[in-house]
Amino acid sequence: MTAFSDIPQTPSSHDGVPTALQLKLRRRARTSAAIRYTLLIVVGFIMIYPLLWLVGASFKTNQEIFASPWFWPEEPTFQGYVDGWKTSTPYTFATFFINSMQIVIPKVIGTAISCTLVAYGFARFDFPGKKVLFAILIATLLLPDVVTRIPQYLLFRELGWLDTYLPLFAPAWLAGDAFFVFMIIQFLRAIPREMEEAARVDGANTFQTLIYIVVPILTPAIVSVCLFQFMWTMNDFLGPLIYISTVEKYPVSLALKLSIDATEAFNWNSILAMTVLALTPSLVVFFMAQKSFIEGISTGGVKG
Amino acid sequence: MAELQLKSVEKTYGNGFKAVHGIDLEVGEGEFMVLVGPSGCAKSTTLRMIAGLETITGGEVRIGDQVVNDLVPGKRGIAMVFQNYALYPHMKVTRNLSFGLRLRREPKDKIARSTAEVSGVLEIEDLLDRLPKQLSGGQAQRVALGRALIKQPEVFLFDEPLSNLDAKLRASMRVRITDLHKRLRDEGRPATVVYVTHDQVEAMTMGDRICVMKDGHIMQVADPVTLYERPANAFVAGFIGMPEMNLVPAVLTRGEEAQITIDAQTITLPGVKARLSEVEGPVTFGVRPQHLEVTRPDAKDALTGTITNLEFMGHEVNLHARVGDANVVCVVPTDKFDTTLGRGDLVGLKPRASHVHLFDTQTGENISLPKSQ
Ligand SMILES: Nc1ncnc2c1ncn2[C@@H]1O[C@H](COP(=O)(O)OP(=O)(O)OP(=O)(O)O)[C@@H](O)[C@H]1O
Ligand SMILES: [Mg+2]
Repeated sequence: MTAFSDIPQTPSSHDGVPTALQLKLRRRARTSAAIRYTLLIVVGFIMIYPLLWLVGASFKTNQEIFASPWFWPEEPTFQGYVDGWKTSTPYTFATFFINSMQIVIPKVIGTAISCTLVAYGFARFDFPGKKVLFAILIATLLLPDVVTRIPQYLLFRELGWLDTYLPLFAPAWLAGDAFFVFMIIQFLRAIPREMEEAARVDGANTFQTLIYIVVPILTPAIVSVCLFQFMWTMNDFLGPLIYISTVEKYPVSLALKLSIDATEAFNWNSILAMTVLALTPSLVVFFMAQKSFIEGISTGGVKG
Repeated sequence: MAELQLKSVEKTYGNGFKAVHGIDLEVGEGEFMVLVGPSGCAKSTTLRMIAGLETITGGEVRIGDQVVNDLVPGKRGIAMVFQNYALYPHMKVTRNLSFGLRLRREPKDKIARSTAEVSGVLEIEDLLDRLPKQLSGGQAQRVALGRALIKQPEVFLFDEPLSNLDAKLRASMRVRITDLHKRLRDEGRPATVVYVTHDQVEAMTMGDRICVMKDGHIMQVADPVTLYERPANAFVAGFIGMPEMNLVPAVLTRGEEAQITIDAQTITLPGVKARLSEVEGPVTFGVRPQHLEVTRPDAKDALTGTITNLEFMGHEVNLHARVGDANVVCVVPTDKFDTTLGRGDLVGLKPRASHVHLFDTQTGENISLPKSQ
């Protein structure tokens, strides 16, 4: 049968032989589908080409990288990966990955816990000053990052946290990302309260209601939050650049830059190879959580 | 099991809106009490205060001999069934049923036994492994009922549990719930029930007693028969009964017998005088459509009106007539209906005097109730 399932299947006439009109309709439907898919494939290819080129080029030799714009390597080689992994420092890339994880994991966990708690409080309880506090929360959302950089730096310096990972993930434990709080609040607002009320009648206290009822229902939203936080933190360059000064503590994002600085003649293929590796965790996590993630950003509530 | 008492209970919402104006209500042990009233009359608010989901801003609520005002819902010995079922979407039916028991850390074998028993009673054994989204509305409501039943609470609270179901299912669920109530009573563990609905059929068929509410006030609490035959005021009279009771402005005069005048037509109501309080002058005259007899125009003690509409209902005909400025509805059994009548014809409508009611125009109070009551 046809590969495109959305082509309308016109019913054939009773004797099984399609009439002229049916043939015409079918041909027209097929032509329009062909055009549609061709267009989609072309645009899709253009958009994904830089990524394809990146992966392909990481297997090329340094000479070949600039020789041809085509992504397919002529003499595929792992040299880029081998050199890149070793780096020009005394440490291998494994160190940098572990460093990244030491930032990302506490940050993601802290974000999930603190943002859920804060959002639950705002969405479900009335307390004095709620309106003002919520306004402040939204205001921080609008505040450009740059504005807070210097005061934050001074604060963390006073605390003696420079050249540690604390400045990078401690704010996340205090629901520092207003955007995520806001996202979960919006999701919660769309969920009817009756389920929580039923749980309270069943004898659950506020905390049990949160753990047994709210969090499971919120899972898609929380997964989305974790995913965003994971990717943004993996990719964050400025934060580590400001606070981390010892090479041994560098996360992947800084380490990539390091390999550009340190070598006189850039080993482009090893840089590209490490870039590919740096992308992988985000991609893997994304594909693992894809189902929940799409549910989280698209429904924002419960089905009827 | 226990009785439930509300003593001048008030509710003022955070925005300053006073939804409940000091109501008193007693529900006896094992009694099925229905709260009924038009939308927005604070039925849900009252129920939610009993449940503890809404703070009580005045008065007190007692369950058994305990004032529960400051107890959390889980400690009040209640169970509640919600309009949209409110099943936990991520738990299978078994776990939905047993959630309360598991929170109480009851032993596993006891939980299993209770679950089996309840699912047997409600015929949901086949559904135990499903998620709520895999259930039909009727099935979901039975699970919700089971979740209430399994806790063996002192008081059951229902907030319009059947209003999301279609008419047929609603009728069968109605029977199921009343049967269950009787069964618990027979088994010697009577359940006190407060059941909110805006459907008067549900109210009349299910309630031992019915509490009619309006704008946060209780209008009357009585058993269905009393409510129908001796409504305490014009609101209850108009709210209970299908089609609605005819309520027509009239002037009452009292000679030998009570007489009322509607739009220059004066008719005598034999036997009514004895049950009247000492009032004369303008009143609201009330008579149910079933208690009007169609006669020829100008018959004695009949009001003359013009037919404006005829509705054929199957076993009966609703006759709409215009008497002066008022619309009057009359229900006639189909086999007694004079088929020569048509729109625009004149008819006589003779009220059955023993079933008419007179209401004070100002307060709406029924001034024609027998003295002994
Ligand atoms: N959270 C609230 N804040 C302010 N006013 C409220 C709140 N909840 C309900 N009300 C008001 O209180 C009144 C009673 O509401 P309630 O929900 O108890 O009515 P109801 O009798 O259950 O109506 P329905 O039959 O439509 O369910 C309504 O006028 C409503 O607008
Ligand atoms: Mg309601």
